Amino acid sequence: MSQTNNKEVLLQADKLTRRFGGLVANQDISVTLERGMIHVLLGPNGAGKSTCINMLSGDLPPSEGKIHFMGEDITRLTAAQRSQVGIGRSYQRTNIFPQFSVLENVRLAAQSRRQDPWRIFSKAMEAKWALEKARACIDEAGLGKRVDWVSGVLSHGEQRQLEVAMVLATDAQVLLLDEPLAGMGSEESASMVEVLKRLRQTRGILLVEHDMDAVFAVADMITVMVNGQLLECGPPAQIKASVAVQQAYLGTEESFHV
Amino acid sequence: MNAQTSFILKLVALAVIACVPLSGESFYIELVGKVLVMAIFAMSLDLLVGFTGLVSFGHAAYFGIAAYAVAILSPQYEAASLWYVLPASIGLAALAAFVIGLFVLRTKGIYFIMVTLAFAQMAYFIFHDTPLGGGSDGTYLNNKPSSAIFGWEPFDLNNEIHMFYFILVTLIVVYLFLARVLQSPFGRVLVGIKSNEHRMQSLGYFTFRYKLGAFTLAGGLGGLAGFLYATLFGFVTPELLSWHESGNVLLMVILGGMGNLAGVIAGAFAFELMREVFADITKYWQLLMGGVIVAVVLFLPGGLAGIPGRIKRAMHGGESK
Repeated sequence: MSQTNNKEVLLQADKLTRRFGGLVANQDISVTLERGMIHVLLGPNGAGKSTCINMLSGDLPPSEGKIHFMGEDITRLTAAQRSQVGIGRSYQRTNIFPQFSVLENVRLAAQSRRQDPWRIFSKAMEAKWALEKARACIDEAGLGKRVDWVSGVLSHGEQRQLEVAMVLATDAQVLLLDEPLAGMGSEESASMVEVLKRLRQTRGILLVEHDMDAVFAVADMITVMVNGQLLECGPPAQIKASVAVQQAYLGTEESFHV
Repeated sequence: MNAQTSFILKLVALAVIACVPLSGESFYIELVGKVLVMAIFAMSLDLLVGFTGLVSFGHAAYFGIAAYAVAILSPQYEAASLWYVLPASIGLAALAAFVIGLFVLRTKGIYFIMVTLAFAQMAYFIFHDTPLGGGSDGTYLNNKPSSAIFGWEPFDLNNEIHMFYFILVTLIVVYLFLARVLQSPFGRVLVGIKSNEHRMQSLGYFTFRYKLGAFTLAGGLGGLAGFLYATLFGFVTPELLSWHESGNVLLMVILGGMGNLAGVIAGAFAFELMREVFADITKYWQLLMGGVIVAVVLFLPGGLAGIPGRIKRAMHGGESK
């Protein structure tokens, strides 16, 4: 399943802690993401998964701890700077430019790789490289039929695919996806799982997810969080078998098949 | 409204405006000239409010700074060169916007509105209360800038008709310039920032730089309008920088339709003409004006620019019955 023979660590978080006043939302969370791997962050509501992904993406500075990307310390970089080094993210709530076409959403994402803000007389739509890249990423995310649609009218599942296409257009090596399957029908969900499996081949994906079936279908590694603490980390089989995890989160065996 | 109808409509409007000097009435030539100046001013603000989502409540500062710059830079007993005072006044307004932008663009929402207002008030008091500005009476521009290039004078701004066409051509240039800028990668980023700045940052955009660019550009173009105003009327007062003026130009943008350059020009016309008409009827003209603004906001959310679309929808509704 995972390509464990030639490990390349893309993202490494060491003992991340985040406090909001007296509340400790994350305590000593360490996560490692390798290329070719889908790493799932699992946990009940309020476990601190979103806080964790926000620290990795730069939306939230950690109170303590270090984050390295391909060996470089990126702990103090802003979200925009992290995007520039190769970390892309999608959000839990769909976060697109609804009045733009699908193509323009992704073209804008692609344009972020070559920013020359002072060139105000060239026409954006004449930059062929950005258009070509946008089209390729839209295809890769499985949205090829919707290129010219206004993105606001797409189905929920298609909008999530669009977000993935936008992240791809930024040349991200690491994809941080916050609940990419939330609110999807089973068909949409299955096609997104296919997309994720394909993307994994050349990148590293860290995702926060609730959908149990999907989690075990795609995960190479699972980190379980409870109450802001890291409970257990390991391959799916280990997590499934873990007594501690079952007690804390999974409950009875039936809940796997809901 | 398709692109062709829209284009023809704009050409017709332009032709009508261009014919105003044929009336030979100084009053109308000056009035429409003033409206065109305000339209340039409103377009410059629309770059911020309508396209970048930055509601500046202190845009009159840049208008006023450039207007004072013309008066102060011009020698007392002879005309200054247009080719010196024009770029200088625009440059000073843009420089002020750049410096002020460095501070105000760190705030968002209501704070941004208040801080832009605060800086504009500071600029107001500089011209009102220091020897620089000549107090509350303002100061005169004794000689309008001369367009002479090595002795050859292509046009004369003391001539009201020349002045009128100088303003009109400037308006067209500013319109085309902004339309082009909005098509550029820079302009697309501004529209993205208006839609969702946080998302733009997570896509890797350093949005502050783009906002600062837009703020500086808008300040410079606002300054261009201020330059024209000072040249048209030959005097400047601190009131040009007052918060009333900042509010008026914001109303022109809202009235015309945020994010639509042609609509904003129409907004400037509507605002100034209402002011003339209502002031003829009653000295409480601001009451009437206020009522119209409320009505537009309530019943015409897209401003004047939204009217063609509404007519079209109404007609299509009629056909389907």
